[in-house]
Amino acid sequence: MELNFSIEGGDFTQAGQASSRVKKVLKQLGVDVKCIKSIVIALYEAEVNVVAHAHRGHILIQIEKDRITTTIEDEGPGIPDINLAMQEGFSTASKKVREMGFGAGMGLPNMKKNTDDLQISSVIGKSTIVKMVNYF
Amino acid sequence: MHWLHALYAILPDRSTEAIRIRNGLAVIDKKRCVDCGQCLRVCPVKAIFVEQDDLDQIKSYKYRVALFPAVTIGQFPENITEDQIYAALLKIGFTHLYEVEQPIGFLKDSIKEYCRNDKTARPHISTFCPSVLRLIQIRYPSLLDNLILRKAPHDLGAHLALEQLQQQGAKREEIGIFYITPCIAKISSVKSPLGEQESIVDGVINMNVLYNKVRKNISSKDVPDTKDQRQTLTRDGILWSLTRGESKHFGERSMAIDGIHNVIRFLERLENEEVPDIDFLELRACDQSCAGGNLMVGNRFLTVERLEHRAKRYESSLKFKDHPIQSLATNIKQKLILDPINAKPAFILDQDRERALEKMSKMQRIICFLPGIDCGACGAPNCQALAEDMVNQKAKMSDCVFLQQTWQEENKISTTKALKNIEKKWGKDRFKADCNKRGRRNEGF
Repeated sequence: MELNFSIEGGDFTQAGQASSRVKKVLKQLGVDVKCIKSIVIALYEAEVNVVAHAHRGHILIQIEKDRITTTIEDEGPGIPDINLAMQEGFSTASKKVREMGFGAGMGLPNMKKNTDDLQISSVIGKSTIVKMVNYF
Repeated sequence: MHWLHALYAILPDRSTEAIRIRNGLAVIDKKRCVDCGQCLRVCPVKAIFVEQDDLDQIKSYKYRVALFPAVTIGQFPENITEDQIYAALLKIGFTHLYEVEQPIGFLKDSIKEYCRNDKTARPHISTFCPSVLRLIQIRYPSLLDNLILRKAPHDLGAHLALEQLQQQGAKREEIGIFYITPCIAKISSVKSPLGEQESIVDGVINMNVLYNKVRKNISSKDVPDTKDQRQTLTRDGILWSLTRGESKHFGERSMAIDGIHNVIRFLERLENEEVPDIDFLELRACDQSCAGGNLMVGNRFLTVERLEHRAKRYESSLKFKDHPIQSLATNIKQKLILDPINAKPAFILDQDRERALEKMSKMQRIICFLPGIDCGACGAPNCQALAEDMVNQKAKMSDCVFLQQTWQEENKISTTKALKNIEKKWGKDRFKADCNKRGRRNEGF
């Protein structure tokens, strides 16, 4: 089964829409609550990342009987050094974004912590693609 | 269950989507109902009524205890005194009167102990409101570890009454404890308790019924001074069931949220870890907490005001450290411990994951055809819920009045059949002209 969401950059009020919807669906499928929690946390972080850094983005969620695969693709600045971005506390978020309580540099590390498989690829100045797999 | 002007009842039912209209009746799915009482509140024809124990039942006991929450007093007009209310309760036939929130210090200490020792999850969530407890059990099972496993104040009051009466020589079977409930959730918590084998309470009387009886029996003549019966009632106890009544006592950072929809929105966030470091959470299903209980009579804001005013005349529970009542502390505290509460997820489409996935995909396809305006005419609270009913074989495509309209236009369904379909939900002859019809007289406003 597939779910699609699009995200507008800069609209923090919308961050969390995809994760809330996915949570409802996974609950209806009877997925273990701890597993749902990890997925929702990782997805929320991903949503915030797109809102905070990119112009726009798209989320594709594929649910199979034993796993959920989330692909987040955005149009934005890209990530110059992915290893550096994976470090806790590293952030390129603007002052404005930080003042809103986001951009503490915990996004990617938090996503990694909450997924079974995380792949990030990026073209600088163009786009970032994040793929996360969680097994139920 | 009676006739119901069901749109009023199902449309606000966003919390657990427990109600469907069938044959002109509102049918409640017990697995999903959290007793929040929203339906009771909005139904303009008072179709949803609440079962209760017969007040006459008290006569079969020698010692007849009225166990009532402090909010009871708050509903009465200011010119009726506490003593007059106590006198009226005795006149009705009770022999002993206990306000439930005494001695609240026992419960407070017990909760403090729990929060100090339990490190499994934070924030700690109060188990005061049985409706919230049910909600977490069926919709937010990941938060069960956060619950403070301590009983509600009515258990505290009941144990105190039992201890004191038994000390005076009464036998347990001679004592009838009747809890006067401000809401329907508390009834369920007595009749089918969570986290305990059996409730200590022998019967439940609805607040609105008792209110009428008391008003009728208020005497304007000199009434006896009953102050000594409220010896262990404290300021903190009186305020306990109001919003922030608990939260102000616990943790460095605490929050209080009232109103079932506010609670749901907050729990969603909490589950996603979108909430800062909070130590203690007080969650209540009713706006203004128990002052707004769905069986309460007075205006909730006036009730709060009277209680706050009343509380000023009472001592803080801290002043009771050396009171003789403390000799009961260890014993009663032990009885306030709640067993762990199990998850009862009520929203799973199918126990079999693969079948659930199939149903989910089917639901997504169905949704494409439904109008998405959530009118409720099909008897389900919204289009999504109708789609869910369809994949569970509990509803058909033709239940949607908009699809029916299109199909009639395309001659796929006859007008007679279409009307029959609607009657199946809303009851026979519901659509015939009838000037005495329920809902006609603006009962809602």
